Amino acid sequence: MEVYLDNSATTACFEEVAQLMHRILCEDYGNPSSLHHKGVEAEVYLRYADETFAKLLKVNEKEIFFTSGGTESDNIAIIGAAMAGHRRGRHLITTRIEHPAVLQPMAYLEDQGFEVTYLSVDHQGRISLEELEQAVRPDTILVSIMHTNNEIGAIQPIAEAGALIKRKNPQTLFHVDAVQGFGKSRLYPGKMHVDMLSASGHKLHGPKGIGLLYMREGAKVSPIIYGGGQQRGMRSGTENLPGIAGFAKAAELVYQDMEQDVDRMYALREKLTEGVRKIDDVILNGCPGREGACHIVSASFKGVRSEVLLHALEERGIYVSAGSACAAHKPQPSATLKAVGVEKELLQSTIRFSLSGFTTQEEIEYTCQNLEEIVPKLRRYTRH
Amino acid sequence: MSYMAGCYPGLAGKRCKGHGRAEWVFPALPAFYRETLQNGENMYKSFLIKYAEIGVKGKNRYLFEEALVKQIKYALKKAEGEFAVRRTDGRIYVDALSDFDYEETVESLKKVFGISGICPVVYVRDEGFEKLGHDVVRYIGDVYPDRNKSFKVSARRARKNYPLNSMEINVELGAVILDAYPEMRVDVHKPDILLNVEVRDNIYLYSEIIPGPGGMPVGTGGKAMLLLSGGIDSPVAGWMIAKRGVKIDAVYFHAPPYTSERAKQKVVDLAKKVAAYAGPVWLHVINFTDIQLYIYDKCPHDELTIIMRRYMMRIAEHIAKETECLGLITGESIGQVASQTMASLAATNEVCTLPVYRPLIGFDKMEIVEIAEKIDSYETSILPYEDCCTIFVAKHPVTKPNVNVIKRHEENLHEGIEELVAKALETDEVIVVHD
Repeated sequence: MEVYLDNSATTACFEEVAQLMHRILCEDYGNPSSLHHKGVEAEVYLRYADETFAKLLKVNEKEIFFTSGGTESDNIAIIGAAMAGHRRGRHLITTRIEHPAVLQPMAYLEDQGFEVTYLSVDHQGRISLEELEQAVRPDTILVSIMHTNNEIGAIQPIAEAGALIKRKNPQTLFHVDAVQGFGKSRLYPGKMHVDMLSASGHKLHGPKGIGLLYMREGAKVSPIIYGGGQQRGMRSGTENLPGIAGFAKAAELVYQDMEQDVDRMYALREKLTEGVRKIDDVILNGCPGREGACHIVSASFKGVRSEVLLHALEERGIYVSAGSACAAHKPQPSATLKAVGVEKELLQSTIRFSLSGFTTQEEIEYTCQNLEEIVPKLRRYTRH
Repeated sequence: MSYMAGCYPGLAGKRCKGHGRAEWVFPALPAFYRETLQNGENMYKSFLIKYAEIGVKGKNRYLFEEALVKQIKYALKKAEGEFAVRRTDGRIYVDALSDFDYEETVESLKKVFGISGICPVVYVRDEGFEKLGHDVVRYIGDVYPDRNKSFKVSARRARKNYPLNSMEINVELGAVILDAYPEMRVDVHKPDILLNVEVRDNIYLYSEIIPGPGGMPVGTGGKAMLLLSGGIDSPVAGWMIAKRGVKIDAVYFHAPPYTSERAKQKVVDLAKKVAAYAGPVWLHVINFTDIQLYIYDKCPHDELTIIMRRYMMRIAEHIAKETECLGLITGESIGQVASQTMASLAATNEVCTLPVYRPLIGFDKMEIVEIAEKIDSYETSILPYEDCCTIFVAKHPVTKPNVNVIKRHEENLHEGIEELVAKALETDEVIVVHD
């Protein structure tokens, strides 16, 4: 049995999406900038995608931009906002548990002389609104807070944060990294006072290499890629049409019965946490129940090295992640886990299970069963 | 244009590749040579291969030469272009039959053991001595922009009907060069530039020698089994033995789930680095987990590594004997870690009857790293995947194991170990690793 529980790293593509992309790659392969019929044909897909995302986010089509992925969207939002706003102020705010796609641009800006405030999080991975309120200053040009944390699934109070930021400083831009949250809940940037929002195609059964950046009209952000002036000059380069249309199709499909799927995933997540809890000396990270993401379970297994458990599960056909996929190839312990106060000895013992709409009850049962079997066995053989 | 534009370094003379490691300096393609390639009609493109120790062999010298030719042909498959390798007059020439990439060709040849030097040769047509003088002056002018140097002309005639004899050629060409470049001077004992002029059907000019790796052609020294771990040392050990003409097979002990698939891939990549010099490496991957856990269950933990290594040696020797290897190779160096003290080495060595070659035995880590960087295995070796030797390593492993004590503790294993070893041998997955 193959059980793929690493959906926060990437997901399987919808068959329908792959078919659509195949058609665009092989038949309707025109460049939307071309004047001839092939170009016009291609542009139809682009408009379809713009309209789809505009509808799903309840925003204007002109506010939708496509990038190469979540990382690029975050980079444009952060570096672009800093470049455009540096005369107004040189202060930015983010959290300690962001994805490296946010933290690294922030570090780059610090090198460039900007000041960055990193908000702390509680043991469940949530920021404090009071701390945020205190952090926003007249010279704060950008606040960037992730919607759903990729390692522990903590969900931040985005709408409250948005209202608070705008009350404190209406000039401050608010960026939300929603790579893990998009497609799991209905996000409306307008209502949430969000100026920019990043999402990624391959996290919701779309293709890799495609990202979305919502940018409120009037938000002052400089492009960071220059060229032929595509996408209203904000992101030059021939549009990745198969990716764009595939992403739109995937989002459409996910949104169709999102509520039922999310409910089902919460139930499966509950089942999985129950199974994990049956094992001795396991600590669950992040928020329990509906306060956390429906698709992420982070658990620390005392006395087991996460990499070994990962490979042991792999032998049984179960694919999980040690920490998060983005951090797994680095030997340092995860900054997120440290920030939420995971004990030192548990940092290297943490496994992330991440579900998708394709995950079945049977798969979760099989996983629980195997965990119960493997963990005690691995605990017997340890380094002395 | 008849050659790959942009493949040659722009400047004639010496240029460092990499991080200034003097040994690996090679001269650029002479501009003159480039021109002859473009303009010449009968101009060949060729390298004279100098070999070191083969020269002193006696009656079986031809065997070594044949092996060298074979290895050169194999190495050149990786370079762009078609080549002929010929043995004439007791020398080996590599002739390019088509357009070729100079740097790639030299790089490939630099990985062939047995080659001590590679001389890029310029061929000029024999159109009389006056023309030869012109050509030689142009050659010097192009290859040596800085001419404040001493030189010596060394002529050889394979074609004895040439109007001048060797001595006369030396003298006359020397005079022509001095006329053209008064700043140069003759030094027949220790010249900066030794210009070789060989009169054959055409006339061959060469003066630069790119150092080769030395050693003996792979295949002339039998075959040995390398214990490849994924660390820095073992690929270097394999390279060093291959350098003596030995063909290399390797064995890797895989311990899933404690070691990952990427650790295995890393070992394949390291085998590839060895294969770049030693030719195809047959890599045996053995699943070692059950043996390891069994030892963990039955033996004192501070002796775990030693006992584990004894079983690795036993299994490696078993495969080695089956595959006609004449010895084992390890990357051990005295005192590097607990399992490599004299006492530990004695304890692991004791289980083998085949000779165990430990070419790094007297090397410091820094010296090993230096070679690892030279053969390009270092970057791969330091990737952070755990190998099976370290996963259960005790905090304080024994450093002076007593063979008798170890043997007594190994008796705890008698019940199940043979079956586990047989099972492990059944898991043998052979990967033929090519560069």
